[in-house]
Amino acid sequence: MKKLAILLLALLAAVPAAAQQTVVITGATIHTLGPQGTIKNGTIVIEDGKIRAVGVSVPVPAAARRIDARGRIVTPGLFDSFSQLGLVEVDAVQDTVETHSEDDRVTAAFRAADAINPRSMLIPVNRIEGLTRLVAAPLPGRSLIAGQGAVIDLGGPGDYIVRSPAAMFATLGAGGAQLSGRSRANALLRLREALRDALDYEVHRKAYEQGDRREYSLSRLDLEALIPVARGELPLVVTVHQASDIEATLRLARELKLKLILAGAAEGWRVAARIAAAKVPVLVNPLQDLPDSFATLNATLENAARLHKAGVTVAFMTGEAHNSRNIRQAAGNAVAYGLPWEDALAAMTIVPARVWGIADRYGTLEPGKDADVVIWDGDPLELTSFPTAVFIRGREMPMTSRQIELRDRYREQKP
Amino acid sequence: MTETLRRTAFGALTLLLGSAPLACASAPVSSPAAVSAPAAGPERKPEPPKAAPRSEAELRKAGETPYISTYQPLPSQPVLIANATVLTAAGERIERGSVLMRDGRIAEVGAALQAPAGVVVVDGTGKWVTPGIIDAHSHLGVYPSPGVEGHQDGNEATDPDTAQVWAEHSVWPQDPQFPLALAGGITTQQILPGSANLFGGRSVTVKSVPSLGVYGMKFPGAPYGLKMACGENPARVYGGKGRAPSTRMGNVAGYRDAWIKAQKYRDEWAEYPRKAESGDDHATPPARDLQLETLSGVLDGEILVQNHCYRADEMLTMIGIAKEFGYKIAAFHHAVEAYKIADVLAANGICADVWADWWGFKMEALDGIRENAALLQKAGACVVIHSDSADGIQRLNQEAAKAMAAGNRMGVRIREEDAIRWLTINPAKSIGVDRQTGSLEPGKMADVVVWSGNPFSVYSRAEKVYVDGALVYDRNDPAHQPRTDFELGLRDGQEVRP
Repeated sequence: MKKLAILLLALLAAVPAAAQQTVVITGATIHTLGPQGTIKNGTIVIEDGKIRAVGVSVPVPAAARRIDARGRIVTPGLFDSFSQLGLVEVDAVQDTVETHSEDDRVTAAFRAADAINPRSMLIPVNRIEGLTRLVAAPLPGRSLIAGQGAVIDLGGPGDYIVRSPAAMFATLGAGGAQLSGRSRANALLRLREALRDALDYEVHRKAYEQGDRREYSLSRLDLEALIPVARGELPLVVTVHQASDIEATLRLARELKLKLILAGAAEGWRVAARIAAAKVPVLVNPLQDLPDSFATLNATLENAARLHKAGVTVAFMTGEAHNSRNIRQAAGNAVAYGLPWEDALAAMTIVPARVWGIADRYGTLEPGKDADVVIWDGDPLELTSFPTAVFIRGREMPMTSRQIELRDRYREQKP
Repeated sequence: MTETLRRTAFGALTLLLGSAPLACASAPVSSPAAVSAPAAGPERKPEPPKAAPRSEAELRKAGETPYISTYQPLPSQPVLIANATVLTAAGERIERGSVLMRDGRIAEVGAALQAPAGVVVVDGTGKWVTPGIIDAHSHLGVYPSPGVEGHQDGNEATDPDTAQVWAEHSVWPQDPQFPLALAGGITTQQILPGSANLFGGRSVTVKSVPSLGVYGMKFPGAPYGLKMACGENPARVYGGKGRAPSTRMGNVAGYRDAWIKAQKYRDEWAEYPRKAESGDDHATPPARDLQLETLSGVLDGEILVQNHCYRADEMLTMIGIAKEFGYKIAAFHHAVEAYKIADVLAANGICADVWADWWGFKMEALDGIRENAALLQKAGACVVIHSDSADGIQRLNQEAAKAMAAGNRMGVRIREEDAIRWLTINPAKSIGVDRQTGSLEPGKMADVVVWSGNPFSVYSRAEKVYVDGALVYDRNDPAHQPRTDFELGLRDGQEVRP
């Protein structure tokens, strides 16, 4: 029996990823986040890594593995729009921290994708709680321009890079000031200079390489990386909190025709109408309510709800690594403080899919999309709910982690 | 640095200097006397020249130090909360239950109590009622918001032994984090010095009431705690300065050295009155030493050891040191590996103060698991969910919910009536106030929270918070939403556009 099991396991392991088992989930309440809305007693078919069919009565392949999900809830895998998961193992152990560059020559050029560890012990801990994708975002090191973030999935080694670069990351306001001679105005000036230099460099590459052009504010590597940002092609994510800094950032983006995304925006609600008018998406941590700096004096748990009400596109972020999984707790709190439940779920599925340009593949449960599917034993926003199964691009993830192994080792007290 | 290395989305890795505690500083100002009223100045009470010098503990007992509590319960009227789901934290869950508060105390708890005449009746239909939440590990007031340089008052990181400092001398009652914690249902919290030092100093336990000075918040009769710290923090802070300790073995030598001195000091103070009384004219009083006063308070059992300690092996070592010098450890804080020695902690009567899910931010936090609390509960240990964070203190009920759910998921059954104890009576026990508060039992302080629903749901919020029977916070009534001086004109709650 044991031998047979091992043989079967070996066979399974030998199956190429392309020919994955077909899975049929039945009886669930399915939040598709797509045009089909919420389906009661629905069926979802996963085949070849994709969602094949979703509905109340859909054709079911005969050979499929069936999962009875009566009484359960099915959603797309969750998405954290600003995480350091994959870039850090232990914060206090420098060799395991790849969140930022301290090299002056590598600022905009810094690519999170090159440093991500898809075998990180943090990944299983987070994905067994329903998180399947995220933006690995660089943090500022010596420069207010932090570098390029990547969208990854948490399916482990393989094709885990979903999009890179997904955006350029920078900080303005108080954070930018710290890195720019203690002035927010300087920070804006430097960012503007860097983006203009990038455009100039693009046109005068040859002259620059022949030593026939003025000096630029950044290294050649950084200028190359900034060109698509300056051309308004690659989004620029700016972390900023104070209402006045948000306004200044919006002005800069308009002036330079940037594709802006705001991150943090603790006081965003105060200038919500302007953000909405500029059609700038905001990455919000719904739990950020402390007046822990002068830039966040008006932080509130109602930020997400108020921004949403004003018509701003809101996606959720944690800024965490080890506990990116807690994004659903943050979402639950956003609901407790006024955001409609459906919009909270959307802010960690379809909304980030659109913000990060991957809505063709991810974000809803629709035929043709990547099968990032989570089966929950209750309301996914509740603290007491937990996934019973997690699929990433159609592959069922093992529901274990280093922490689960520790738990089981100490399940019974040993002398 | 208190002790956590945390990442923020807005800067690189940040060594967070402490963070959070509770209290509320604003609305009705309690007694101004709290600010300026030392109980008795030395001039007013001239000591007879021949009187024997007394130790700090004796002065405190005699009410002759300026540092005693001036807390007075706020005015209250009798209140009956009726028809709610009541978790008493004494083990009971009462459906359609009632709680009667009178004269600042719990008068009665049970099913369908009749409302006595003249009592304010609060309809608890659909609501849940619990004891006030108690955070055994707060840094509110000593690491206030905003976290600017002028506010870093939580770590006297100038020497590995600063047992002489008292957190109460740093607490800023206008910290805007106090009202936020109150809105999360906190009625009592222990504010601790940070964890840079082997001996960080004395804690102070406060109630969630506005006050101009810390003494107006100070929990009457609560024992002091002594903050001790294991592991990486002291070794990093002092090793980084090229001095001892720079290793864990250096830490242990530091603790033991200090306890040896404390024993000697305690003996000298015990010896002196005996010599003086026996007519020894050469008997000279020992010089008072603030540092050793605190340590000998621990040896006397009057000051409770609150020991920051992550790893199982280090907790075992600390238990050994406590045995060597004859003191007791009240609680291990941030005990992320407590589940590995749950039986030892249970056998030694040491509370394990834990987070629901913080892990991995440094080596000694690597093995943190969500099931820590549940495994401790299973072994019969005293489980406390603490915050160490101005964020976490606002949502301790949610932290407990995650820990409870993790237990149930692994087959260790934790009911709401169990998990509520992690937030109330157990922290009360770990800081030595469990006889006064922490459960809904007749005679206890009427520290009570009315929740909009099940407190272990993410959607529930504290609606009413009573401290000693007085309604200090009401989510639906701005008149009962204390605001600190700091917030006025700065933290507006709404955008004013002239």
